[in-house]
Order: sequence, then structure tokens, then C-alpha cells
Amino acid sequence: MDPNKVIICRCSDVTLQDVYDLFDKGYKTFEELKRIKRVGMGPCQATTCGKMVQWEIAKRFNLPLEEVKFNNIRPLTMGVKLKSIKESAEDEK
Amino acid sequence: MKNKADYVIVGSGISGASIAYHLAKFGAKNIVVLDKSYLTSGATGRCGAGIRQQWGTKMNCLLAKRSVDFFETAQEELQYDGNIEFKQEGYLVIASNEEETKEFKENVALQNSLGIPSRVLTKEEAKTIVPYLNTDVVHSATFCPTDGHLNPFTTTEAFYKASERMGVEFHFFTEVLDIIVHNNRIEKIITDKGEIQTSNVINAAGGWSKQIGNMVNINIPVYSENHEILVTEPVEKMQGPMVISFSKNIYCQQTPHGAFIMGRSDPDMPEGLDMSSSWKFLDEMSKTVTELLPPIGDIRVIRQWGGLYNMSPDHQPIISDTKDLPGFYMACGFSGHGFMLAPMTGLLLAEIILGLTPSMLIEDLSIERFEGKEIKKEKSVV
Repeated sequence: MDPNKVIICRCSDVTLQDVYDLFDKGYKTFEELKRIKRVGMGPCQATTCGKMVQWEIAKRFNLPLEEVKFNNIRPLTMGVKLKSIKESAEDEK
Repeated sequence: MKNKADYVIVGSGISGASIAYHLAKFGAKNIVVLDKSYLTSGATGRCGAGIRQQWGTKMNCLLAKRSVDFFETAQEELQYDGNIEFKQEGYLVIASNEEETKEFKENVALQNSLGIPSRVLTKEEAKTIVPYLNTDVVHSATFCPTDGHLNPFTTTEAFYKASERMGVEFHFFTEVLDIIVHNNRIEKIITDKGEIQTSNVINAAGGWSKQIGNMVNINIPVYSENHEILVTEPVEKMQGPMVISFSKNIYCQQTPHGAFIMGRSDPDMPEGLDMSSSWKFLDEMSKTVTELLPPIGDIRVIRQWGGLYNMSPDHQPIISDTKDLPGFYMACGFSGHGFMLAPMTGLLLAEIILGLTPSMLIEDLSIERFEGKEIKKEKSVV
């Protein structure tokens, strides 16, 4: 398996090799990978890549999976148009 | 971690990284940077990524102008192998009433006198820059073409890596627990990973800078408050400049990557260290942006978050030593604008620490400026 050909974050086009390169630079957590390479920053909000990156961190640093901190979960759970939020807010008044 | 250092910087946001870089560049050795979390985990990594020179006080104008000068060549200066994503497509500052129009005209005169190429626009002229601007709610505008955007994460990484190449040590996930002072001299700094003997501590702790000051009994006149922000899915390029309005309470820009970032302030936000997200923000932000920039209503918001503004009494930074404790220095109170001013923060504080002649007049940045004097507030803040 060529890590250059494995896309680990589909939203932001990040390959497995990109993740390995960040490990080599000294980054060890999902939050760091996210900020430098946009892993998990796209429309799916890490629902696809979050667990896979967690696995890769566990493998690289020889940690039990449960000790690898999962990505921060922030609102919203799915993309919503700004005008839909505005209209809903007005409907509730 | 070494147990002795000449300089210990608390905080690895853009300010701490820039201070480390400039100290090392002047030849200082034995520099350690500590952060309780990861690089840019505080306000830097939560900010709106804007770079603006259109300010209402001389000090903020000068700091911003000279910081933009630095950013224009930062990629090469810092020899960065990533991309700091610097984009200079301006800030369009919206005046929504006559009072603001008058105030911004004075601001532009001040900015022009300091070499900042801003200009006053009619609302029709503003519409040629952002065609979908709803001019029904616009009175006039000002525009500075050399304002713009920078990626906060990669820009901070550029300072971090450049500092590291000059020998600076960074320790992440290392929390400062206390600073020990004896006979009015700093003796050591205690962290959850061990102690470092040092006589110089630099407080660049952003939202937590008051707490760091408290460790050495220096009362820094700042407080923190949560400011919320959101980001949309990336879309094709449709907007060049940042659009900002103080009276409408909005800033909104499209990043080079395509996503829109926007934020506003909650006047009822209590002081504190909370950084959570609220439904109220989402409601108010949606209303504000769809009124001023209607087509953006069709774009999906995908994430929201909060970050800390560290507010000073006059909304200008405190970049200073203190007569009350030799060896203690601070860069805080940026009032929401520490990212864009960081090159000058690093340069000026390094000059203060090393006893060099400062590159610009710095009395207005000293912690002592608040003592018994009338405070002139910067009003151009969202």
C-alpha cells in the first residue's frame, strides 16, 4: 500500500503520507494534524477520518487505542445553510 | 527538558513564537517556550485570520503597518517550507451611519499620515469591490488594499520552526504551575513536567496572561472574554476583501482555501475563560450576514467555536517590562488583535528584554500607561 495514494481525509485531500510527514515533524495529536493540514476540517467534520487518524497515531506511537485522544467535537453535526438558520430563528419568534 | 534557561516564554501562540524568533535572531541563547497544550491552541488558532491596518489610534496603526511590512516577506524571511497563505485583497470597513462615516474619515486621515494606503469610498464604490453588498444598510465605507488574510496555524508554525532552527526549545503539553520569586528576582518556573531555573520570564499566555501575572503578584489590568466564530464549507471564490462593520457587529472573509470565516461579539458576554459555542451566536450571525451580504446565506456553516479576547483598558496591547519585578515581561491585552500585530510584538519585546533601542516609541504600550492617566480607547474593534 503506497501511503501517497491513500487519501485519509477526503474533505481536505490529505494523504496517509501527509500524516506520516507530520508525525516526522513532531506532531502527535489529531488537533495538531488538523491545524497544520486541515485533516477533519471539511464538511464531514472528521466523521470519516477521525477514527482512522486515531488508529494511525496509536500505531505510530505504540499506544493503546483508548489512550489516543479523539478529535474535539464541535457544532454543527452537519452543514446547514446560514439563511435556513436565520429563517428558523425568525419562525420561532 | 533543560533545567536552566536564560529566557522562558509562556505561551506558544503567535506572540510567544514571534518573541522567541526575534530574541534568537538578536543572538540570545538558551530560550525555552512552554505551552500547556499544542501550538496555536489558544487565541491564535481560534482567530479570524485577518490582517488589518485601518485603526483609530496611532499606536495600533503603526504596529499593524509595520507588521504587514514583515508579513509581505515572511515566507522567505522565516524560510518556511509550508504556505502561510498571505492574501492582500483588502479590508472593506463598512460605516452604517453618519457618525461612523465622520469617524472613519478621521481614521483614514490618520492612517494616510502614517503611510497606510486606505481611502474613503461611497457606498456605490464599495459595491464595485463586493458586488453583492446590500447598500441599503450601508452609509459609506473605507478600504485598504494591503490589508488581508494569513493562515494562523502555518504562520505560527513558520515562526516556531525558524526559532527551533536557531536553537529555541519548545515544550508543548507542559503547564506552568508557579513562578518562584525571591528578593524581587525571579528564581525559577515550576511546570507539571519539572522545574526550570531562570531569571527572565516572558508572559505571552494570551487569555491566561492575568493568571501568569498573578503568580508573581503583578496585577495586569486585563480580562478575557469569549468571542464566537464560525466557518462554512469551501466554495468557489466570490469575495476578495474582509468585510467588517463595528456598528453592525460583523467581520466576514473568504479564505484562500474557499471557506468563509465570520464572527461577531456578544455585548452580554461575561468575563471568564469559557470558550464554548452557543446557539444564540449562530442565530445572530446568520441574521447579520444575510442582511449585509445576502448570497452568503446560501452557504452551509460546518463548524463553530469560541476563543478568548484578552481585553486591555484602551484596547491596545501591553508590550512591556515592569518596574515592580525585573526580569518579568509581558505581551498581552491585544483585545482580539494579537495575531495581526505579532511581528512587531516579537521585535519590540525582544528589544525591551535585551536593552536595545526600540524600533518605535513604546510608551503607549507600557503597563504603566494606565496609571492616573486618561484612557483613549480604540473604537475600531468587533
